[in-house]
Amino acid sequence: MNNVSSKSINTSTSQQTNMIDRINLNLKKRYRAERRFKFYGLISICFALLCLVVLFTDIIGKGHTAFFQTYIALEVVLDADVLDIQNIDNPKQLSEANYQGVIRHSLRAVFPDVTGRNEKRKLYALVSSGASYHLADQVRADPSLVGQTIQLSVLADDDVDTWLKSRRNNGSEAFTGRLNSQQLDWLGNLFEANRLEQKFNIIFFTNGDSREPELAGIRGAIMGSLFTIMVTFLLSFTVGISTAIYLEEYAPKNRITDFIEININNLAAVPSIIFGLLGLAIFIGVFGMQRSVPLLGGIVLSLMTLPTIIISSRAAIKSVPPSIREAALGMGASKMQVILHHVLPLAMPGMLTGTIIGLAQALGETAPLLMIGMVAFVVDVPGALTDPSTALPVQIFLWSDSPERAFVERTSAAIMVLLALLISMNSLAVWLRKRLERRW
Amino acid sequence: MDKSIEGIENIGPTIGVPLVDNPKMSMRNVDVFYADKQAIHDVSLDIGKNEVLSMIGPSGCGKSTFLRCLNRMNDTIDICKVTGSFHLEDLDIYHPKMDIVPLRARVGMVFQKPNPFPKSIYDNVAYGPRIHGLSESKTDLDEIVESSLQKAGLWNEVKDRLDEQGTGLSGGQQQRLCIARTIAISPEVILMDEPCSALDPIATSKIENLITELSENYTIAIVTHSMQQAARVSNRTAYFHLGKLVEVNDTEHLFTNPDHPLTEAYITGRFG
Repeated sequence: MNNVSSKSINTSTSQQTNMIDRINLNLKKRYRAERRFKFYGLISICFALLCLVVLFTDIIGKGHTAFFQTYIALEVVLDADVLDIQNIDNPKQLSEANYQGVIRHSLRAVFPDVTGRNEKRKLYALVSSGASYHLADQVRADPSLVGQTIQLSVLADDDVDTWLKSRRNNGSEAFTGRLNSQQLDWLGNLFEANRLEQKFNIIFFTNGDSREPELAGIRGAIMGSLFTIMVTFLLSFTVGISTAIYLEEYAPKNRITDFIEININNLAAVPSIIFGLLGLAIFIGVFGMQRSVPLLGGIVLSLMTLPTIIISSRAAIKSVPPSIREAALGMGASKMQVILHHVLPLAMPGMLTGTIIGLAQALGETAPLLMIGMVAFVVDVPGALTDPSTALPVQIFLWSDSPERAFVERTSAAIMVLLALLISMNSLAVWLRKRLERRW
Repeated sequence: MDKSIEGIENIGPTIGVPLVDNPKMSMRNVDVFYADKQAIHDVSLDIGKNEVLSMIGPSGCGKSTFLRCLNRMNDTIDICKVTGSFHLEDLDIYHPKMDIVPLRARVGMVFQKPNPFPKSIYDNVAYGPRIHGLSESKTDLDEIVESSLQKAGLWNEVKDRLDEQGTGLSGGQQQRLCIARTIAISPEVILMDEPCSALDPIATSKIENLITELSENYTIAIVTHSMQQAARVSNRTAYFHLGKLVEVNDTEHLFTNPDHPLTEAYITGRFG
């Protein structure tokens, strides 16, 4: 009897050890698989990060020089005769004065041996055609300067700027572009005389577009983008959230709402240029709206953003716990009170995230804006929704197409500004979500 | 008990005393369908004034469905169809022109899972009076909040932190907060759908004591899975089985001397 029972215990223990061995054997395999699984994720993240690093290095490497601009230091004699100013109290004379002439005079003063007509023209080409505007502003602000000699940093031509930057960056042959050997000699002299200086490129942030790279800025594009996004936000946020609330809370579940839902999902996948064509055909063609204006751009982009906002808002509304809804209904809250007091506050973080993702998408969108004429060359900084303007991504597109070498760095710099805007918008989204999120 | 008597065809008409004199709520010939499936079969039941009526029965027997019909919470479920007559005193609850907002102010509800709003404790209790416009002034509202929390036995625990989140309380406190929120609008009937199923024994006993206290002023219908709870808190008990009302009797009578063999089988734990 004893024997039998101990034997049976033995077999059961041996069976157990056997079992544990098998589990342990399996365990190693399981852990190996798990490590592999983790490793795949890590590799993907590393790859994504690498791409990001390469992208950023390239853009920043090319673009950072655009934030500095070459100026030529000159002593400018503000001779009233050359300026053609008889009366410094006459604003008309002040604004029409020959500022270019005095700058040319001072250039010739630095290189007195330049005499030929052709040579002179080459010498004048070292200075930007926009240099005189700055001087004009200065004199208009303080007319008593007329007759004095002032130290002036004159904006250099983009070829000079590119030459100086490429010369500084590495010891190899500098990029000369359209500069001939005589101009290079003059530049060498100016450089040795410490007359070439680099200053922060404020023009880049204060000017609109220009054919001259040294005068081209992104202010116009930024303002255009901001106006456009403002219109997009106002339209798509209000319409999108109302639509989402109606579809989630009020709409009966039938074929019509199913049809609407399918179409909203399809719209989210429509290529953006189609929306541009729609804007061109309907808003410009049928309604006769003005082309190239942020108002129209905003409307077209909000059509594109709406599906994203509606879909994410509906998901946010769906994720509100039904128990909260029931609690409010059980208290005798009306449908609208349930929505306004409970559903919306809880769904708002999700809605805002969707909205900002949609807006970030719209901010970076180029194709539909091309179709409605926001690709036009606009020099003036837009001041209203109905001023012709361009947008940041379109500006980048335009500049990347320009032949001047100096536009290469400006393109990258504009990309940096666009990325900075996008990153700050996304940070805003994260911050808002954190702030509004409530726990239950 | 052999299987054969559990079949729906073996449940006859309701045994015991489903109807009372001068009831607070009276329901007659209630049928409830979820799409094609019938969840409640021809139930007639009264709830007396200031009575605690408990409804027991195995899972899926329709007791929660029946309870949710009493303040039309089933309206939110599209496929749910309710027939029969429901009256709160003289008010026809399912009348086509019935406004459910005032109905739910008169028939409050406490749910299975504590579901305070993600707002402060004060705002949770003040929510009902605010949306129904029950308070004239801030001091009025303060009084309502304090008395409701006191009635729910929560005042002493939360009086110093009324502006903290209601969701930060413990489970039992949350459920008492939900009860305080419900009684803040002074309903006549309180429906409770398994109010203690998510709570520990201590919190449960607090809620049970609270139910007994509240029954002095309110009419209470409670659905519960715990027969001990039904025995402890209720005056009358209704036993549901497969969507039919099998037996309604005084609680003591039903638990000590059930009239229907199915009730006996259930309370002695032979199924359910």
